[in-house]
Amino acid sequence: MNDIRTISGRAIPVRGNDIDTDRIIPARFLRCVTFDGLGEHAFADDRKQLTAQGKTHSFDDKRFVGASVLVVNSNFGCGSSREHAPQAIAKWGIKAIVGVSFSEIFFGNCVAMGMPALRVSVADSEAIQSAIEKDPSIQVTVDVDQLKVRAGSLVWNAQMGEGHRKQFLTGQWDATGELIAGLQQVKATASKLPYVSSFK
Amino acid sequence: MSSRTLFDKVWDLHTVRTLPSGQRQIFIGLHMIHEVTSPQAFADLRLKKLSVPFPERSVATVDHIVPTENQARPYADDLAEEMMSAIEKNCRDYGIRLFQPGSGKQGVVHIIAPEQGLTQPGMTVACGDSHTATHGAFGAIAFGIGTSQVRDVLATQTLSMSGLKVRKIQVDGKLKSGVYAKDVILFILRNLTAKGGVGYAYEFAGSTFAAMSMEERMTVCNMAIEGGARCGYVNPDETTFAYLKGREHAPTGAAWDKAVKWWKSIASDADAEFDDVKTYNAADIEPTVTWGISPDHGVGVGENIPAKESFAKDEWALIDEAYHYMDMQAGKPIAGTPIDVAFIGSCTNGRISDLRETARVIIAHGGKVPASVKAFIVPGSEAVKVIAEAEGLDKIFIKHGFEWRNAGCSMCLAMNPDKLKGRQVSASSSNRNFKGRQGSPAGRTLLMSPAMVAVAALEGKVSDVRRFLK
Ligand code: SF4
Repeated sequence: MNDIRTISGRAIPVRGNDIDTDRIIPARFLRCVTFDGLGEHAFADDRKQLTAQGKTHSFDDKRFVGASVLVVNSNFGCGSSREHAPQAIAKWGIKAIVGVSFSEIFFGNCVAMGMPALRVSVADSEAIQSAIEKDPSIQVTVDVDQLKVRAGSLVWNAQMGEGHRKQFLTGQWDATGELIAGLQQVKATASKLPYVSSFK
Repeated sequence: MSSRTLFDKVWDLHTVRTLPSGQRQIFIGLHMIHEVTSPQAFADLRLKKLSVPFPERSVATVDHIVPTENQARPYADDLAEEMMSAIEKNCRDYGIRLFQPGSGKQGVVHIIAPEQGLTQPGMTVACGDSHTATHGAFGAIAFGIGTSQVRDVLATQTLSMSGLKVRKIQVDGKLKSGVYAKDVILFILRNLTAKGGVGYAYEFAGSTFAAMSMEERMTVCNMAIEGGARCGYVNPDETTFAYLKGREHAPTGAAWDKAVKWWKSIASDADAEFDDVKTYNAADIEPTVTWGISPDHGVGVGENIPAKESFAKDEWALIDEAYHYMDMQAGKPIAGTPIDVAFIGSCTNGRISDLRETARVIIAHGGKVPASVKAFIVPGSEAVKVIAEAEGLDKIFIKHGFEWRNAGCSMCLAMNPDKLKGRQVSASSSNRNFKGRQGSPAGRTLLMSPAMVAVAALEGKVSDVRRFLK
């Protein structure tokens, strides 16, 4: 079990509300039996579209290569349950996400993968994005223990549900071991559910 | 033990224990598997040498990648073939039932489980697919999960989860002619936004839902996820029991009576307390069409594209992007928008009642799909296909210029040969109008009821279905 307390590194912004998982990883890249190789396709269509308009998506911006903290806005990861979305982000090199809000399934996937996703206010998400756009070399620290995001001398308050925070701090974000430890009790619970025995 | 919601009751009954993290270990009564989100879960089981203790509580099918035209194996797409072989091997190795094409039981996962009576009230249902919310129509607590969680369910039949708040969405009154379950959920999404439901389960209550068939309730619950709610449900009632009676996996004889009694007991109490309540009138709901890139971007078919100012300020950037991507202009009517492709199907609207209503509307209209439009109808399951053909619906569709396909997800997400091309505009009975969702990175999707898709196909443009219904 590895506990996850703080993650530090350079950061990358992806601006916009309601960025759905189809945009994070388009469905055609889901034709695969492993998650390997998804990293290079993160935000594939958004990137292509911006390039065609003569603009640059942050994932194509050399200044952000090697970043390990992703900073987003509201309702990030809505839509499909595909774990391919957080996996693509992680395989690209991201280790923690900061944003205003995340869709539930996306957030659950992040927990299960050991990639903390912390919430900050609308204004703070934009302030952090502006700070890293101004100076992409700035070191950002995502502190799961203290629930803070720090960049240079700047500090922002962050949030995460207490249960999830504990999961990261105690290394129990990978729940499988704990769940298996409860198997005896699982059988007891199942035996009390009338449908499990077909109402016999 | 009164004043409790169905959610609270089901959650407590399925709680195995509180985990050290404070989350609960929740037993999953029905686990469904499909080919896209499961291979990595099985790979992890092998890697960690884990077994599957409750294989009988999982069922698998293939839907996302299955071609709806030529289903001969091996599939033309090597990657699709590889995924198909993977799920066959995984199900064989771990003793899990797999409903394959040709078995008569294959189809979109959220269509086949209800039609076989696998989904029942009071269950917890999980699947590596966000539209698992569909099964809430039965009074089940049903939610989508990611692949790591698919592995957890396989290995333990449980998940580590936090609870949800419950919002009651009460809609009362009779829907107007030409207004369908799809319009009801698009209306709710428009009012509560795509993120308004984060942290909630939605309970759909009131006389409008009480009057709906099970298939209509499934359409509503299916799209609860588009409002950010992890799950949505309708309390089980006589309509639910009548639907289940006689289905393959429904209880029979004395067990049936016991089941009905238990199913009734898990419904929300009359004085149940909710974290939030929203109330709407069915009479206010119009046939609804989405104009933007999020399912909450809906307008009545008689309305104009809304101004940016009618949205919260933090949505403005998205709204601008929507105008630009969709090539829509505020103040212009949505009716009359030309379409290139019409798609009827998906787990939202690929059931037999959807196809019957589609046929009725096509006959009422009487025209033929113009050459400029590619229109196709994809039954949600092999069983739906059999019924539709026995009723002669396929002949009606074909006669009026619609293609008739085999069961699958098809162009709902276009992981198979059914895809938009370039900037094509699709009138679609599916559930997501996200950028690029239907297979072309620049393709555009207008969500609407199957009846509205049918008239859009016949007219070549977005049109009010009520003009053609008496
Ligand atoms: S029909 Fe569409 S939404 Fe439903 S399961 Fe298939 S791809 Fe997902």
